[in-house]
Amino acid sequence: MAKTHVTMKVNGAEVEGLVEPRTLLVHFIRENLQLTGTHIGCETTHCGACTVDLNGMSVKSCTMFAVQAAGADILTIEGVANADGTLSALQEGFRMMHGLQCGFCTPGMIIRAQRLLQENPNPSEEEIRMGISGNICRCTGYQNIVRAIQYAAAKINGVEFQEAAE
Amino acid sequence: MIPGSFSYHRPTTVADAVKLLSTLGDDARALAGGHSLIPMMKLRLATPEHLVDLHGIDGLNAIRRDGNRIVIGAMTTQHQLLASDEIARSLPILHETALLIADPQVRYMGTIGGNVANGDPGNDMPALMMTLGASYQLEGPTGPREIAASEFYQGAYFTALEPGELLTSISIPVPAAGHGYAYEKLKRKVGDYATAAAAVILTMAGGKVASCAIGLTNLHETPLLATDAAQAVIGTSLDDATLKKAAAAAVAIMSPAADARGPVEYRKHVGGIMVTRALKRAAGRAG
Ligand SMILES: Cc1cc2nc3c(=O)[nH]c(=O)nc-3n(C[C@H](O)[C@H](O)[C@H](O)COP(=O)(O)OP(=O)(O)OC[C@H]3O[C@@H](n4cnc5c(N)ncnc54)[C@H](O)[C@@H]3O)c2cc1C
Ligand code: FES
Ligand code: FES
Repeated sequence: MAKTHVTMKVNGAEVEGLVEPRTLLVHFIRENLQLTGTHIGCETTHCGACTVDLNGMSVKSCTMFAVQAAGADILTIEGVANADGTLSALQEGFRMMHGLQCGFCTPGMIIRAQRLLQENPNPSEEEIRMGISGNICRCTGYQNIVRAIQYAAAKINGVEFQEAAE
Repeated sequence: MIPGSFSYHRPTTVADAVKLLSTLGDDARALAGGHSLIPMMKLRLATPEHLVDLHGIDGLNAIRRDGNRIVIGAMTTQHQLLASDEIARSLPILHETALLIADPQVRYMGTIGGNVANGDPGNDMPALMMTLGASYQLEGPTGPREIAASEFYQGAYFTALEPGELLTSISIPVPAAGHGYAYEKLKRKVGDYATAAAAVILTMAGGKVASCAIGLTNLHETPLLATDAAQAVIGTSLDDATLKKAAAAAVAIMSPAADARGPVEYRKHVGGIMVTRALKRAAGRAG
């Protein structure tokens, strides 16, 4: 099948590549761009490990073709650290609150949570749980992931992080 | 899991998309959100040789009010439905249902047009559209036509769409002011398709049900309108005996497939419970 030339913006940089129409966005990101932080967990649109931010939406990059993303503005886990190289509020939250164990789900969780906090800067625990319901973690049982996102929300809003009473 | 090879087309007008679909014939499929089609292509349950991506066409995702109807472009995503004040105000049951579909990532991509055109008995929007008395605007090689949602579904993955036809928008009459509504969906987990679901729109007058429509999801190879069940509650105050009668009338028309969500008897049983719950919740909300 003839290959198509695509260009898009990934983590602020213009990138290009030749893809078959059937090339999934996640493979373009991992194999053509060598950005391997975006993971493939299930390939069936359930786990969310492949989540990237595309034109202001959280999307599962295993269920979209790279040709569909031509011209798009994409953010992957490689692009979330602060400009000076320090950890973003969410990265720091996942570290401080033990929001990860194996870490396989973490890139997708962070990208998804970042969009969630942009749409809803002060989410309730229930809203956080619903907001990350498209991301599956097999290690931590979500409690610490929720705390990590609450930590980040507090930091972004400039308030002190308060542990919810048990 | 990589789909088979295909050619990718990105027309910029409905006319061009229709032309592509009709000249390429059976080997071509429209691509909307892709969240039913791409998973099927990965499993090789679908092997289209041409995909006609509808994202290049402007103006297919507008939500507007047209007199006493709401017109929703086919490419409107579930996420856009959830963000729309007009939908929240005029069609709160559509907001409630969209929120029960899949998960946030899928809702950013999945479109209402793809959901209703797909013909999967598990899709939530078709039964709701039948309950609301919606109609679909289609555009095909011989021009536009309109079809009632209640006449659109003919079998599992089999609809009234003719070769080369596209669904362009959905037109929904705004339910009466003060109507009660509920979409009750039993699922195994967040993001799952329905084990059984029921949509109810009703109006009350003087403590009695004045009008009622009930739709059923994933309880047959097509979405169903439970007409006898709806008839059974009209003129009543939804006492326990009436609710039982209505649930039984709804169960009588169900013929779900047995799958990982449960055996037939179980799905019919919980289908009846979804009808009862939706009726009660809708009545509680009616003003
Ligand atoms: C993990 C997961 C969970 C899900 N859970 C649910 C759920 O709980 N409830 C639910 O209802 N759905 C669910 N879905 C399905 C999802 O909502 C799909 O997005 C939807 O069924 C199809 O919409 P789409 O825009 O993605 O269409 P596509 O996948 O692009 O298309 C589906 C079919 O419709 C045709 N089509 C699309 N648009 C048009 C058009 N305008 N005119 C003519 N034909 C058209 C296509 O050719 C194709 O045959 C889930 C999907 C996933 C991946
Ligand atoms: S790999 Fe994409 S959702 Fe699991
Ligand atoms: S930390 Fe291992 S899957 Fe989430």
